[in-house]
Amino acid sequence: MADFVQLWVYLSSTPLFGLTATLAVYALAQIAYERVGRAPWANPVLWSVVVIGVVLVATRTDYPIYFAGAQFIHVLLGPAVVALAWPLWVRRAEVRRRGIALTIAALLGGAAAAGSAVAAASLLGMPLDIVRSLAPKSVTAPVAMGIADRIGGVPALAAVFAVITGMVGALSAKYLFDFLRIDSWAVRGFALGTASHGIGAARAIQVDEDAGAYAGIALGLQVLLASILLPLAFRFFA
Amino acid sequence: MSGLRGLALLLLLQVAGEVLAKAFALPVPGPVVGMVLLLGALRWAPLREPIAAAAEFLLAHLSLLFVPVGVGVITHLDVVSEYGLRLLAVIVGSTWIGMTVTALVLRALLRGEAVPEPRDG
Repeated sequence: MADFVQLWVYLSSTPLFGLTATLAVYALAQIAYERVGRAPWANPVLWSVVVIGVVLVATRTDYPIYFAGAQFIHVLLGPAVVALAWPLWVRRAEVRRRGIALTIAALLGGAAAAGSAVAAASLLGMPLDIVRSLAPKSVTAPVAMGIADRIGGVPALAAVFAVITGMVGALSAKYLFDFLRIDSWAVRGFALGTASHGIGAARAIQVDEDAGAYAGIALGLQVLLASILLPLAFRFFA
Repeated sequence: MSGLRGLALLLLLQVAGEVLAKAFALPVPGPVVGMVLLLGALRWAPLREPIAAAAEFLLAHLSLLFVPVGVGVITHLDVVSEYGLRLLAVIVGSTWIGMTVTALVLRALLRGEAVPEPRDG
């Protein structure tokens, strides 16, 4: 027993632990997700975060120890954001033709998401740094952290809010769009990518090719618009 | 192999983006500048095959990349337990408002188009 504890202490302190835990748990969550026909509630990000989070808290393993290994996956977010140019390029003719409509929808939708979050959080009496960390929540996590930093929020909180926002969108978009009778895959994907960034886009990519491509475009547009406009909005109105 | 070359290209563009963003104090993060650079670079045909391989792999597994940040929620359990329900209400409500506004605006703006859209579900 003592040997086992010693081995666990050793293994859980090497980067191998965080990397293996992330990939293995995610792979299992993905298998379960496929098994239930990709039902929204079985979202693999949600369940991976829950399982790994519970294991870390239960074993009193600190987050930095986990992140020492998980960072090898985390760094890929950068090239993934760069890679968003690819779906845009593939559909460049369509994007150019619909460019104005897409930009207006992204602008209004992004403003509605950020504005309603900031307004509701202020009304509910939340502290200013939390309110400001909520503003960029519809932008993909690495970019949301940068924006939060510039507008006086807490980057780590902004990342957490962004991930939760992504999961909320991925879990509920199907029901909301069915309720609103939005039947165009392009519109569904674009709205999901606008409000729920990469996690929403990941869900859209798995559901339909059109939806996935438009979610990718929306994600890219939102990143551009929000990183320019949110700091400006806060400078003038806050 | 072309996937590996593609990943190297994506990383190089991100580095270029970071350098430009810092050098000119741009309001946009480095990877986003890299994305804009890639959009221009794709005019050069030899880049397309490796970029396609790497981009399709990364984007197909995009949700995995959010797990490490998501697990970070355990470092903020105090905020979550203090404001948990209110926070969740704010996030759910504003996400639905954002999706609804985007979807309704885009549907209205695209209505003039004669492009048929397939099935629903």
